[in-house]
Amino acid sequence: MKYIEEFQDPLLAERLLEDIHATVTRPWALMEVCGGQTHSIIRHGIDQLLPEEVELIHGPGCPVCVTPLELIDKALEIASRPEVIFCSFGDMLRVPGTGRDLFQVRSEGGDVRVVYSPLDALTLARENPDREVVFFGIGFETTAPPNAMAVHQAARLGLRNFSLLVSHVRVPPAIEAIMRSPDCRVRAFLAAGHVCSVMGTEEYPALAERHEVPIVVTGFEPLDILEGVRRAVRQLEAGRHTVENAYPRAVVAQGNPAARAMLDEVFSTTDRGWRGIGVIPDSGWRLAPRYREYDAEHRFSVEGITTREPAACRSGEVLQGLLKPHECEAFGTTCTPRTPLGATMVSSEGACAAYYLYRRLGGTTDAPLEASIR
Amino acid sequence: MTSTEAVEPTAGVGTEDEAGAAGADVGARADAEVPPAPDLSGWSCPAPLRGRERIVLGHGGGGALSAELMEHVFAPAYGGRALSTLADSAALEVDGARLAFSTDSFVVRPLFFPGGSIGDLAVNGTVNDLAMSGARPAYLSCGFILEEGVELDVVARVAEAVGAAARTAGVEIATGDTKVVEAGRGDGVYLNTAGIGVIPHGVDIRPRRAAPGDVVIVSGAIGVHGVAVLSRREGLEFEAAVESDCAALGSLVADMLAVTRDLHVLRDPTRGGVAAALNEIATAASVGVVLQERAIPVPEQVASACSMLGLDPMYVANEGKLLAFVPRTEADAVLAAMRAHPLGAEAAVIGECVTDHPGMVVARTGLGGTRVVDLPLGEQLPRIC
Amino acid sequence: MCLAVPGKVLRIEERDGTRMASVDFGGVVKEVCLEYVPDLRVGEYTIVHVGFALQRLDEESARQTLELFENLGLLEEEFGDPWQAAEDAQRADDAQQEVRL
Repeated sequence: MKYIEEFQDPLLAERLLEDIHATVTRPWALMEVCGGQTHSIIRHGIDQLLPEEVELIHGPGCPVCVTPLELIDKALEIASRPEVIFCSFGDMLRVPGTGRDLFQVRSEGGDVRVVYSPLDALTLARENPDREVVFFGIGFETTAPPNAMAVHQAARLGLRNFSLLVSHVRVPPAIEAIMRSPDCRVRAFLAAGHVCSVMGTEEYPALAERHEVPIVVTGFEPLDILEGVRRAVRQLEAGRHTVENAYPRAVVAQGNPAARAMLDEVFSTTDRGWRGIGVIPDSGWRLAPRYREYDAEHRFSVEGITTREPAACRSGEVLQGLLKPHECEAFGTTCTPRTPLGATMVSSEGACAAYYLYRRLGGTTDAPLEASIR
Repeated sequence: MTSTEAVEPTAGVGTEDEAGAAGADVGARADAEVPPAPDLSGWSCPAPLRGRERIVLGHGGGGALSAELMEHVFAPAYGGRALSTLADSAALEVDGARLAFSTDSFVVRPLFFPGGSIGDLAVNGTVNDLAMSGARPAYLSCGFILEEGVELDVVARVAEAVGAAARTAGVEIATGDTKVVEAGRGDGVYLNTAGIGVIPHGVDIRPRRAAPGDVVIVSGAIGVHGVAVLSRREGLEFEAAVESDCAALGSLVADMLAVTRDLHVLRDPTRGGVAAALNEIATAASVGVVLQERAIPVPEQVASACSMLGLDPMYVANEGKLLAFVPRTEADAVLAAMRAHPLGAEAAVIGECVTDHPGMVVARTGLGGTRVVDLPLGEQLPRIC
Repeated sequence: MCLAVPGKVLRIEERDGTRMASVDFGGVVKEVCLEYVPDLRVGEYTIVHVGFALQRLDEESARQTLELFENLGLLEEEFGDPWQAAEDAQRADDAQQEVRL
């Protein structure tokens, strides 16, 4: 068992697909919450294999995309300082703040480095005692424990030249916000498996009950995604709305107690702005008061930077399934994959980009994938 | 070569995101309804910046940014032939002979990596650029740009690597140059090589000749060089039994041409990987390319390293592989010739050229779905998402 | 959000008071922090995100999941009722999880 190829088997995928096809009787909109799941869906072409009744709406689970503009601007300000080594996960470098991004800071002489793990940033802090090492702590519940550990270790080792620029966000408040949005079409959620590896599933039954929506904890390999869809569709067709765990090999109900304890130790919950969405109550973490000296916003006095989010495109409506991409007036004219106006056109897995690419492939706009690919 | 090159901590491999104007300058939608709950209609993803006033690493990544630099800065300034050099080398008529001419610069960090060094790259890179037009590589120049303070021993090792690689490739270093820049203004050693080769009569290999019906062949496992270099990059280090595939492909091309002169396109998929190379060819020839993902040879370690870092092997650099577009009637013979050569032992048919979706590359996935393999924007970044 | 990959623990060591391991991801070996899954043993698989083991991978659960997939088609052919089969398997899953709790 290697936990990868086994869950990519095309024959088993066919069985799952047959079951989904046999089960579904009417249209359902499912949201996969996590960007990693979206990536897998596009990467393996899973959306094209599902019955046309099953619509996958790609959720807000990309930490890079939801990090608020204001925080990017703070990162750019800190990274520009000569004494700072600014460390980040790779995918944050291309996210623009107001007028520039971390690449540009680097081209202007800023010391911006890509690291694989927050512990790598900690190592840099130890090796460069005369520099200030700042780690850009973005991410959901999965990434928060590693970043919390970095801060905890810095405190333990007495590393005064390390700090964290925190922008952590939490999934359940986002699901709550989506379900409270008027005209929301989402009827079931594929919950993010690795978030649940850390947090467990205890937060979800109340959400499922309150909004009468099935929530299926789902993994990331193709068979995992298909199983998530299969279970969600089964629940919907049967009129049920419970929390199911379709990723039991990596998720247990109570999550990871050690990681959750560290989160409680290092962070406290806070209202957090989501880029393009606005503030969602209690949806984020910041450093707890006793770790304040490791808070980069405090250390570099950038708390005062405030940025108003610019008005954006209609990707929010697309994401909720209220608008088909080609119905947007900007689609294919001012908004293309090379000049995107919003999330859904930016990455190749975005709904608008997928529509755009498949339209170029010769499909019709109403059924872009079925018509051109099958 | 058609563009500049940067191989720095994160450059040179690559995937998903497209480019675009900043989301910041989008006008307000006056008619947008604002729901009382959090405003999901304003939900947008920040787009990467494109209108830049300075060079960023991505301009050397071999993707869309590189192409824009070429199109907007170099081509207008040079005029004439430069714009048409979509191929790896230029084909020139001199007194009845057809010469291939190419230049390439090398800014690799680290200088020595598993399976090779900047010296091997500098020779093989230019030899391969010449070979991709069907030319027999003959002479190279080699320029060293050295940083004040670099150890003489390092320079000697690089020079020895250059010499050894040239001997293996059967080319002569005919001229050279050395410059030294102040400490802190270089990265130890930069190299530039230029090369000329002779194109045999009856051979016409260039991207525009790709035609529907052509079979697409890759000469072996992909992504190896990029992963070998990544494994030694500061901040990303990992252990993997992967060595760069860096090799001179002149003799492999000669063996292919011995079977048929009617090879349509050859390309060594370096920066931007197989994805960038195929997209450039599809665009140049206005054809579609359909790949069978399961047929593409990806070594386990390459697949594993890519899944760990969130990269796609199709976007990772190669330095000793080629892609060939071959008429279907010649495909079996060419494939057999390739497999008989040590550098083509794992050659495989990975797809075909079609009339549908001109300019686009599409892959059939292992599950039977389809995905579009788009041109990368700039350099590839490890993802956490 | 969360690119996390399964890997096999090769070696475990304390470093500066931190529990670390060499983890094999299909031929690629990387240093991983075990602080959050301290009872992981050599030879076990774990799910790793940004250099941290976040959860032990449970082989028995994985096998059961795959068995469920395999039985889906077969049960459908034989009994024509995939839901019931899935339901049973789900109950088995749940029972198994309770044991693990």
